[in-house]
Amino acid sequence: MLTNKNSLRRKGAMPYIVVVAAFIVLSILSNGVLGRAHMALLVPTCCYIVAALALNLCVGVLGELSLGHAGFMSVGAFVGVITSESLSASIPNTGVRLFVAIIIGALFAALAGFLIGIPVLRLRGDYLAIVTLAFGEIIKDLITCLIVGVDENGLHIVFNATGTMGVEDLHMTEGGKTIIQGAQGAVGTQTISTFLAGFIMIIVVLFIIQNFINSRTGRAVMAIRDDRIAAEASGLNITKYKMIAFVLSAGIAGAAGVLYGLNYSSIVASKFNFNTSILILVFVVLGGLGNILGTIIATTILYVLPEMLRAFSDYRMLVYAIVLIVVMIATNNKKVRQFIGGLLVRKKKKNAEGGDAYWLISRIK
Amino acid sequence: MEFLSYLISGLSLGSVYALIALGYTMVYGIAKMLNFAHGDVIMIGGYVSFIAMNSAGLPAGVAILLAVLVCTVLGVLIEGLAYKPLREATSLAVLITAIGVSYFLQNAAQLIWGANPVSYTPVITGTVSLAGGKLNISIVSIVTIIACIVIMICLQLFISKGKIGKAMRACSEDKGAAQLMGINVNRTISITFAIGSALAAIAGVLLCSAYPTLMPTTGSMPGIKAFTAAVFGGIGSVPGAFIGGLLLGIIESLTKAYISTQLANSIVFAVLIIVLLFRPVGILGKKISEKV
Repeated sequence: MLTNKNSLRRKGAMPYIVVVAAFIVLSILSNGVLGRAHMALLVPTCCYIVAALALNLCVGVLGELSLGHAGFMSVGAFVGVITSESLSASIPNTGVRLFVAIIIGALFAALAGFLIGIPVLRLRGDYLAIVTLAFGEIIKDLITCLIVGVDENGLHIVFNATGTMGVEDLHMTEGGKTIIQGAQGAVGTQTISTFLAGFIMIIVVLFIIQNFINSRTGRAVMAIRDDRIAAEASGLNITKYKMIAFVLSAGIAGAAGVLYGLNYSSIVASKFNFNTSILILVFVVLGGLGNILGTIIATTILYVLPEMLRAFSDYRMLVYAIVLIVVMIATNNKKVRQFIGGLLVRKKKKNAEGGDAYWLISRIK
Repeated sequence: MEFLSYLISGLSLGSVYALIALGYTMVYGIAKMLNFAHGDVIMIGGYVSFIAMNSAGLPAGVAILLAVLVCTVLGVLIEGLAYKPLREATSLAVLITAIGVSYFLQNAAQLIWGANPVSYTPVITGTVSLAGGKLNISIVSIVTIIACIVIMICLQLFISKGKIGKAMRACSEDKGAAQLMGINVNRTISITFAIGSALAAIAGVLLCSAYPTLMPTTGSMPGIKAFTAAVFGGIGSVPGAFIGGLLLGIIESLTKAYISTQLANSIVFAVLIIVLLFRPVGILGKKISEKV
């Protein structure tokens, strides 16, 4: 009993230890050892880790496949940019402004998650997946039609559905500043995201998700994932718990989006398209569904590696695709898994008892 | 008159979607997987016919045949190498593998043919003028619609009457029982992929003839929309894919003409969502009741 509890605690603490250690190492390395190209990867990696954790909450914990999580990132990113740009005069401190932008961006993304959740969570399985995909594309298109500017009278927003309007339709005063220019996206954004902010965000999100999973609500959500009918028969309000998890997931993805949006001086809505949603899903699945540490590690490796391999630009995505297929077959095919398991056992036998080998096989299975 | 011409271009676009959607829906019906690489098979079909016509100088008919042949082999190869080892795996694992295959095809195409778009020489050109020149319809639209209808009828007959078609239906109902009845399930799934990919090749040629730019990502958006069409009509149902594809094409064409070009995709997707709200399994989908 005692050991069991200890191992549980250890499991919960591992992600924190890894993230803190990585942060310390990278902070030391960033004083001269890492080049500019590597430094530029730090914040986006943090964003993708947070987004992957959010999607892991939706796919791994809630058990619903979402193909539109980039849409929530998109909402977060653009709301964050608008917030940050319009508050640049009133809050000069970039740290505080980033914090405010993240909160507001996350709230808007959560609101989007709620509105989308109403129709989406009534559906099941692949139908749910296609509808989240549809919403992701709709969000992208809607943001592409937005033209937003700010002057001393406040925000000016026009919706450019016909493609004929421009910045002048905002009717801003002389000192007005355009924030989002339709298809060109947000331009001239002050980049205020920092690696420290990314690190803090990962820690906070880890804390939120781990507490959520171990809470009463989280257990209810997992019960619904494992057996919807039994959970319903036990008196759980299915829609409510699904909605809580979905909205939380959307909000966290939105926060990741804010950090991402404020890391670049210009960003377009098509950055957050279907392919980005898929990219995050790949991180989550390869990291292991519901496995928080796995998600963090998989995201880091899978995001940083292709960027590092830019020298082999022609072949890197081809190799990435092949690795993806091979890994999926190796981890999901019974025969291949037994074969790999056999190799591991043979190695292990040299220096361990049979019991350990059995444990290893059971772990692999 | 204007409305009629938009309607016809919508029907022709919808026919292409329907052809692609058939591949999605047949594979889903039998293997219960979303084959995301299907859109990229269209692109391969487009490139093969392009190379055959422009570089090898073959006549259009031969080029189409070659595209169909290459795509069929490709479909069977993809199924055998990537999906077959995952027959027992979770649907998510298969989905990610399909995404991997899709990346692979896109990047392989980029390596072989380059990332820059090439302009496709339409297989069929020319327009027909009706009603004293008021109504101009391109011949390729008419051919597309007719080809789609003919293929649909043949496919429906094949599935409902043919021996292999019956085997396909049996496999999609219950793989275990089908196997006990002496049906070779693996072979049946391979045949399904072969047919789906052959249709994708034809759709690729027709799509590129109507919208003559071809690049490695050409297939992805039509692929997603055709997938939407398949869900719209009820995934797993062949007539559903047909109806879903046509409706989607018409909605898209009319939206582009009368509401907004930028929001055309959004409106298509919004209609899908509304339909799914009222009929959660699509227009012609079968509702499967859950047993406890």
